[in-house]
Amino acid sequence: MKKFNFSRATKDNLWTYGIVLIVSLITGFLLMTGNMSSLMKGLLVPICSYVILAVSLNLTVGILGELSLGHAGFMCVGAFTSAFFSKITQNIITVDALRFVIAIIIGAAFAGLMGILIGMPVLRLKGDYLAIVTLAFGEIIKNVINVLYIGIDSRGLHFSMKDTLSLGLEEDGEVIVKGAQGITGTPQDSNFFVGVILIFITLFIVLNLINSRDGRAIMAIRDNLIAAESVGINITKYKLMAFSISAALAGAAGVLYAHNLNSLMATPKNFGYNMSIMILVYVVLGGIGNIKGSVIAAVLLTILPEMLRGMNNYRMLIYAIVLIVIMLFNWSPKCLEWRDIFMEKYIRPRFNKRVSKEVE
Amino acid sequence: MKKTFKKVVSLALIAVMALSTAACGSKQTNSAGSDSTATFKIGGIGPTTGSASVYGIAVQNAAELAIKEINEAGGINGYQVELNFQDDEADQEKGVNAYNTLKDWGMNLLLGSVTSGSCVAVAAKTAEDNMFQLTPSGSAVDCVANDNAFQVCFTDPNQGIAAAQYIGQNGMASKVAVIYDSSDVYSSGIYEKFAGEAANQPFEIVATESFTADNKTDFSVQLQNAKTAGAELVFLPIYYSEATLILNQAASMEYAPTFFGCDGLDGILSVENFDKSLAEGVILLTPFAADAADEKTQKFVADYEAAYGSTPNQFAADAYDAIYIMKAAIEKSGATPADGVSGICDKLKGAMTEITVDGLTGAGMTWEATGEVNKEPKAMVIKDGAYSLIQ
Repeated sequence: MKKFNFSRATKDNLWTYGIVLIVSLITGFLLMTGNMSSLMKGLLVPICSYVILAVSLNLTVGILGELSLGHAGFMCVGAFTSAFFSKITQNIITVDALRFVIAIIIGAAFAGLMGILIGMPVLRLKGDYLAIVTLAFGEIIKNVINVLYIGIDSRGLHFSMKDTLSLGLEEDGEVIVKGAQGITGTPQDSNFFVGVILIFITLFIVLNLINSRDGRAIMAIRDNLIAAESVGINITKYKLMAFSISAALAGAAGVLYAHNLNSLMATPKNFGYNMSIMILVYVVLGGIGNIKGSVIAAVLLTILPEMLRGMNNYRMLIYAIVLIVIMLFNWSPKCLEWRDIFMEKYIRPRFNKRVSKEVE
Repeated sequence: MKKTFKKVVSLALIAVMALSTAACGSKQTNSAGSDSTATFKIGGIGPTTGSASVYGIAVQNAAELAIKEINEAGGINGYQVELNFQDDEADQEKGVNAYNTLKDWGMNLLLGSVTSGSCVAVAAKTAEDNMFQLTPSGSAVDCVANDNAFQVCFTDPNQGIAAAQYIGQNGMASKVAVIYDSSDVYSSGIYEKFAGEAANQPFEIVATESFTADNKTDFSVQLQNAKTAGAELVFLPIYYSEATLILNQAASMEYAPTFFGCDGLDGILSVENFDKSLAEGVILLTPFAADAADEKTQKFVADYEAAYGSTPNQFAADAYDAIYIMKAAIEKSGATPADGVSGICDKLKGAMTEITVDGLTGAGMTWEATGEVNKEPKAMVIKDGAYSLIQ
């Protein structure tokens, strides 16, 4: 048998693609044959969007090495711009697939643009300061959307920051964005198939970036800013590049989210810092800089609270405890030590028999 | 060595994920396959955890109470009734998850969602499945946008209009201030209609102050503005938790206008560590008061207190009524669990417009095909630490 000699990075990437491919094939098969509960069916699209969010945040946190707490803000921009677009073109572009593709592009583009705009002042900061400022920007985005009223009539678009009455719409006018009530009646175009494709695009972009010349420059900035600068790396350019790509991908996840639900509202729960921190939890749990880990953590932590529904009101308590246990199991030094001993004793001898040549 | 471990773990995780999806799948086919539909399965959705849990728990308790009574009296058309109540944390996405969980359980009818935001998202899904939906307290207009959904409570616009008319017709004030939560659907929905109707009423809105979910602890600026503008009445279309703070801060700055609220203020007297004397004289438009004199209410309150150890609020009353409304509609249409989700829904849709229900939250409640309820709003005033009806 011919032996392929892939580099370590390629092997690792293939593992990542492989896991996602296998899981989505199994899921797709179950979906096609109708062997899936309504709950799981309903969870598929949210899982896809959280996976994209986790992977894209890992680009900022793990690869660029800056702690961003405003990721939900970019998701919010993507969600609202695309939902707005879909709502006004619902009767103009009648091919759902085409409209949705344009919506994804619009959502990602606006979020990316927002990423550049916010990135320019923010990326001048480092560490905790940057984290706090991104947190503030995330909140600003959410709060602005909460007071934004947009209506449409034969004369065009009307904007207001006060209430629907001050839009001054004509009789036939329709209010599209109703402040805190958000956008209602977005066409539900999201499905699992599109979600998986978006996950693959995200993985492709992020993994290729990491292993490219630009990616190495970004990681050099993370590891030592002064050294990177001294060898002539354009710090601002690469920081902004990573940050805006991360924002654009979060925007795409927001598009998926927005087109999955009929009503879109910017509440503290779905687009506030709670969500930003939730995404950060996926990244930290999966391992900072570990893309594969982010995918797995996002899937597990989205399914977990739903699987615990049998526990009734203790659900969120158990969820928190499980989170702590997983975190300890994955990252506590003592636990890692114990894991190694355990592997040495029981798993490795058996595993080695089969793959003795592969493992050094 | 580490690599080996990671491989083992990732393989294990793939297996777990695949198994969990498959396991759920087989569960569902079981419930769909077995045709033991001897009971009506009612699913409930509402927040039983988080900041809005007061409403969800009240609805859950009252629905349980009503179903227990119905089952003891022989069920609906001879069929027993089952309730499964799922938490949605007052979030749209979790609401849809809860709905899907209930579908897997084999729900025939849906009671919910309790909060408007979640309700709108769930309503889109029930319309797809043609599932009969009756929301006890989802008050946004979009909650009943589809013909399979009905409301027990008033819609937000109706509350706003009713409040403006009540203030105007009773000549309660000539200068009115409004403090509302601009980031909340319920609050901004009522405010909008209130402001619209106020133009036709003999009073003037002298100050419109808003706050958002992120800064709802200090209201001194809003109150100061209302005071400076000389408002005699402050309209509070908000929930009770913020209202307690407003009352507290108004008292400390010695500003004592009439406070007027909608059904969100219901529950203000059961807030812990809140000085109830501050709420003296607060007027609220709500369809239910726990100390009303009629026999029905007294029995409900006594039963509820015996079972759950707390006084029921308006949400509990709405939910209690909702179960009896479902009962009346099922009896009218003669639907049976064997009709399936869509069959039951088609029958009940017609029956809902024909029935008249005397409930805790209103006598002679009737429904339009649009899903909105027709009933009289009632005004309550807080007197001696209790709600009492204004005659």
